[in-house]
Amino acid sequence: MNGADARAEKRFTPMAAWFTAEWPWYVAGPLIGAFVPALLITGNKLFGVSSNLRHLCSAIVPGRVEFLRYDWKKAGLWNLVFLAGILIGGFLALHSGAARDVAISSAAKESLAKLGIHDFHGVAPRELFAWRALATLRGFVSIVVGGFLVGFGTAYAGGCTSGHAISGLANFELPSLIAVAGFFAGGLAATYFILPILLGGR
Amino acid sequence: MTTAYRESKTAVENAGGPVFLATYLLLGIAFGYVLTRSEAVSWFRIQEMFHFQSFRMYGIIGSAIATAALSVALIKRASLKSVSGEKIEIPRKKLGSGIRYAAGGTIFGLGWALTGACPGALFALVGDGVPVMIAAVASALAGTWVYAWLRPRLPH
Repeated sequence: MNGADARAEKRFTPMAAWFTAEWPWYVAGPLIGAFVPALLITGNKLFGVSSNLRHLCSAIVPGRVEFLRYDWKKAGLWNLVFLAGILIGGFLALHSGAARDVAISSAAKESLAKLGIHDFHGVAPRELFAWRALATLRGFVSIVVGGFLVGFGTAYAGGCTSGHAISGLANFELPSLIAVAGFFAGGLAATYFILPILLGGR
Repeated sequence: MTTAYRESKTAVENAGGPVFLATYLLLGIAFGYVLTRSEAVSWFRIQEMFHFQSFRMYGIIGSAIATAALSVALIKRASLKSVSGEKIEIPRKKLGSGIRYAAGGTIFGLGWALTGACPGALFALVGDGVPVMIAAVASALAGTWVYAWLRPRLPH
């Protein structure tokens, strides 16, 4: 490789990295936060993803449950459209950059290795998040039990990481601070007490 | 007559119209893209965060809150109207006994660490090449439904 090629390569690497490597936190964080003013300015809408779970339940099987009997189209069509966008955005991100090993710290890799996770490729360990894993206890708990708790917990708390941690805290709301403290209490409990038993270090 | 009718429609009435819905779709696409590129959807990053083994996720969440808080403060100070023509207002959440926030938050936290995904991430991951997350989404819907059913009997 001659000097000019090397220089060209050097110049193009950062651009390519924008699509392949993870974005630095100080780029990703402010961009995520910017969705709060973007939605408020567009249509006076409050950024929060988990209300979509309620809208979907209301649209699919409201039954005779009072909490699910409301005009979900009027209240949440905008948010369901936003949600469909999230799925498409994930798809575009996957197909615009090569999947690779996640660059987590070596300490994190060591901790996960103790839990029997050795494959750091992509966004989730394939040992746990695959269809065939559903038939195993650890796969079932990670996917089905975990998903249930996400749905139940966010509905009970009235918000998730977007609605409480970002929108709520940005508006200095005490209920959101309590909820976020709960998010971390639950997350730490699962990380230190449940996952070591569940994954067991095979 | 139709033209006159269209002209008399206010921006607020148009707020659910196709142009607005297209905007929400584009914003959603951008959000799913950013969420994935930031790796906030990654099970590995969530594990790393709960093990306190990297500043990264805290930096992301912290700077997201700071950006949102600054924007909200500026919007309030300027008493801005939305493009749809409404005065921008953020309804404050009722505290009540606070139990729903503490208990619901903790239950969600358990699920967040187990799945490695918050609700936004659950959907992004379906697009991200982890199709089994469809099962997690279905289960999350079941969880929300069961909450809705038990709601009259739960402390709030």
